[in-house]
Amino acid sequence: MRAITIIRQLGQVVLAIAIAPVFAGWIAQCRAWLQNRSAPPLRQTYYMLRKLFSKDAALAQTASPLFRVTPYVLFGTMVLAAAIIPSLATDLPFARAADAIALIGLFATARVFLSLAAMDIGTAFGSMGARREMMVGFLAEPALLMVLFNAFLLFGSTALPALVDNHRAHPSIIDPSVIFAAVAFVMVLLAENARIPIDNPATHLELTMIHEAMLLEHSARHLALVEWASSLKLFNYACIGFALFVPWGIATHGADGVAAMLISIAALLVKLIVAGAALALIETFSAKLRIFRAPEYLAMAFLLAVLGLLVHLLLGVR
Amino acid sequence: MNSASIAALTAAVAGHQLRLLLFLVAAWGGLGVAGVLRPRGSRVVARVLFPLGAVVCLIVAIVAATFLLSGQAAQVMVLPLGLPDLPFHLRLDALSAFFLLLIGVAGTGISTFSAGYFRVGEGTPPGLMGLQYHVFLASMAMVILADDAYLFMVAWETMALASYFLVTSQHRIPEIRRAGFLYLLMAHVGAICILLSFGVLQGGSWQFTFDAMRHASLVPFWASTAFLLALLGFGAKAGLVPLHVWLPEAHPAAPSPISAMMSGLMLKTAVYGMLRVSFDLLHIRYWQWGVLVLALGLFSGLYGAIFAAVQTDMKRLLAYSSIENIGIIFAGIGLSILFETCNLHLFAALALCAALVHSLNHSLFKSLLFLTTGSVLHATNHRSLGKLGGLIRRMPWVASLALVGTLAIAGLPPLNGFVSEWLLLQAFLFTERIPHSFVNMFVPLGAAVLALTAALAAYVMVKFYGVVFLGQPREPSLAEAHDANWVERLGLIWLALGCIAIGVIPQLALRPASSVTGMLVGESIRTTGSIWFIAPVASRQASYSGIILLFGIIAVIGVTFLLVRLVAHGRVRRVATWDCGYPHQTARMQDTAEGFGQPIRHMFGAFFRIERDLPSPTDDPPRYRIRIEDRLWRAIYLPIARAVQWLADLVAVLQGGSLSIYLLCSFLTLIVLLVFVL
Repeated sequence: MRAITIIRQLGQVVLAIAIAPVFAGWIAQCRAWLQNRSAPPLRQTYYMLRKLFSKDAALAQTASPLFRVTPYVLFGTMVLAAAIIPSLATDLPFARAADAIALIGLFATARVFLSLAAMDIGTAFGSMGARREMMVGFLAEPALLMVLFNAFLLFGSTALPALVDNHRAHPSIIDPSVIFAAVAFVMVLLAENARIPIDNPATHLELTMIHEAMLLEHSARHLALVEWASSLKLFNYACIGFALFVPWGIATHGADGVAAMLISIAALLVKLIVAGAALALIETFSAKLRIFRAPEYLAMAFLLAVLGLLVHLLLGVR
Repeated sequence: MNSASIAALTAAVAGHQLRLLLFLVAAWGGLGVAGVLRPRGSRVVARVLFPLGAVVCLIVAIVAATFLLSGQAAQVMVLPLGLPDLPFHLRLDALSAFFLLLIGVAGTGISTFSAGYFRVGEGTPPGLMGLQYHVFLASMAMVILADDAYLFMVAWETMALASYFLVTSQHRIPEIRRAGFLYLLMAHVGAICILLSFGVLQGGSWQFTFDAMRHASLVPFWASTAFLLALLGFGAKAGLVPLHVWLPEAHPAAPSPISAMMSGLMLKTAVYGMLRVSFDLLHIRYWQWGVLVLALGLFSGLYGAIFAAVQTDMKRLLAYSSIENIGIIFAGIGLSILFETCNLHLFAALALCAALVHSLNHSLFKSLLFLTTGSVLHATNHRSLGKLGGLIRRMPWVASLALVGTLAIAGLPPLNGFVSEWLLLQAFLFTERIPHSFVNMFVPLGAAVLALTAALAAYVMVKFYGVVFLGQPREPSLAEAHDANWVERLGLIWLALGCIAIGVIPQLALRPASSVTGMLVGESIRTTGSIWFIAPVASRQASYSGIILLFGIIAVIGVTFLLVRLVAHGRVRRVATWDCGYPHQTARMQDTAEGFGQPIRHMFGAFFRIERDLPSPTDDPPRYRIRIEDRLWRAIYLPIARAVQWLADLVAVLQGGSLSIYLLCSFLTLIVLLVFVL
């Protein structure tokens, strides 16, 4: 194993950890501008984290060790996922540890831990949030899998690095199924990351909460880790989307120079800025759905992905 | 154990495995008989017989593993037992060795746990229980070793009867008697189908050895008939929808170790039988069979998961989850048949490998979970989810081991349930290459159904674990719950370690499974040559490494923990629960099992028959009742029951009590028979 790949691997993880809160802050900033509010600075999420880390933690008397471990597990899975997803380069030592399907599994592990921790205290809100979170999860997974099927049919792999390399090697592949898959992916991304129209990250209106309801009992450093993990999850999903649909700029196999490195970082930043603005736009223009409309929303994402699949098979491109 | 000693062991037993296994089966029989000699001696049974049984299980597993790993040719044997001119034929090949390995590994854990569990008697006298238990084990092994239809059916029926008596060990409770009857009935309907299937398979040679069936050439019609009969028969035993109705009744009725045996091991004998008939005995397969089995499997999977989500009894929930897992296994078998008939042998091997590994995984995690319900039941006397909760504080051992089982069965990396589901999804990716148009378009949707099933299973298991072990105790009596004793813990730890080991190093299960796929479809999945990765088709195509995921997560958690220690100087205070500031929290305000199932009832309403009793204004206290039933009961089973009743009533007309009519009937029967013969 060469030194450059290890450096790149470490660099990618550190960049992901550092940039994820800023990305979440950027979306919040764009939303504030779009809604004619004065926007918090980009560093705001860091201020929040610093404040939380310096506080005393208030832990419910009924909390079991499972509850205390969960923030670390969440953070651990999300950091590991950030090491696996090729956000900067495809030639990474960790990248072979999981393909895209295994990544979905890794996110599911985090979700199950978060839900179990929410049920651990034994409050009405916690278990309600856990139930809803698991519900959104099982509805989103088939749609996400169909998106990956689309990618597999186009580029012959579910391993993200190979997918990016194949995509870059044959940039001429333009298939109508990609559009369906991309729309479906964005819909799933919104649902999985507790954003409008499924959930509202800014809400504390008790009866509509999903994600926030599960965090009620976490405080101080535990809350900080959970929040950080949530922003990492959003970042990871965005990077999976980039790898699947807009892989330009990612350093491919064999591109080891400093120039390739700088280009990949610049490309990632540009993509994140655009994606954050787009997400803020979507969230501003849509309203939160009632919880029982969530199945319809995710069924639509699923059907779009299936349509993409059928379009590909019927048109027989390639 | 190092590789040199493994090699020495393999060399020592090479060529003798079948004889050794037969001896071990006889040892189980001997242990059973020893139990009958001391029917009331619960000390002897619990402290000597069950531990010895566990040792025998472990040796069976080791012997089967040496056979699989050394890749020897099949061993056959003829026993001079049975009817005149109809001796018992035995055979050990890769397929049977794999399932013996499964029985041995899971049986070790279950027998160890039973040694702790049956210290307290449960209905049947302990000695008799020991007999039934070990005969059950021995008959399962004989089903798998049988090489002729006669011995197979004898062992199959022994297995059904032994398990029937185990299910009805508390036969004084009417519901348990009813559950036992239903089980016996379904077992026999299934057995008849299997018998008929063997009758067709012999293809006019009237030789009932499996060897003769392998060489019989059947026309497509009769081959399909034999296949469908086998699917019905083995499907009834495995609990494939719509033949599943006995499963959610029989599993909760049995003592927990018996539920674990039935769900973890006995259902797998049906999987074994299905594989034996469809890949070994039948010389030809058709793609339509594959589509049928795939569709049935996926439907069972989804059906089981949906029903598991609305259960309020922890053992019924697990029983429905068994239906779900059997569905996944059959989906793998169906996909494998489909690929194999299209000459896509590598992908057939991949799907079959997924089915085999999932069988092994299910035998580990489902046994583990059923055994933990046994501990919970002993500690609390409650089976209903509405009366449990918060046991993680009173029973930390059972709770933490159950967490391993929960994460494994929910199909989460880096545990074993994920490995097999991942392999199956990988197999689904290649369905595009099936040369039948429309089939290749609709089969990918099967992957979506599988993903939905797996994700629903996670929902179900969060409900199971959350309601039983987390939250606040829903009954005051739960405060006296005690943890499992150390023997029980040992059994649970064995099974949990199995779940972790296969999840982290999937090669442990993939290598044995590969010898089976090599035998059945003539191809095996690719190996990467290192224990770090699995890449079933090609490394560039998809790879997975449980070991990196596990140690990666652990490493990140460790580093994070240390860094947080450095950065965060705040203390941790124990305070009252916040819950948005609501002051009066009671355990009744938590989500109930019914509440957790409510979104599923709402979304999949078409699957259920729901009866609601709403409270009327005059009720004191107001009562709200909801009953959820399987629609298939009214759609299929009750009409059949009514038809049988009607026929029986018709026949009963003859039974008037007058001797002359009976004599007339006998005479007429004789005449008819004579007409036929002459």
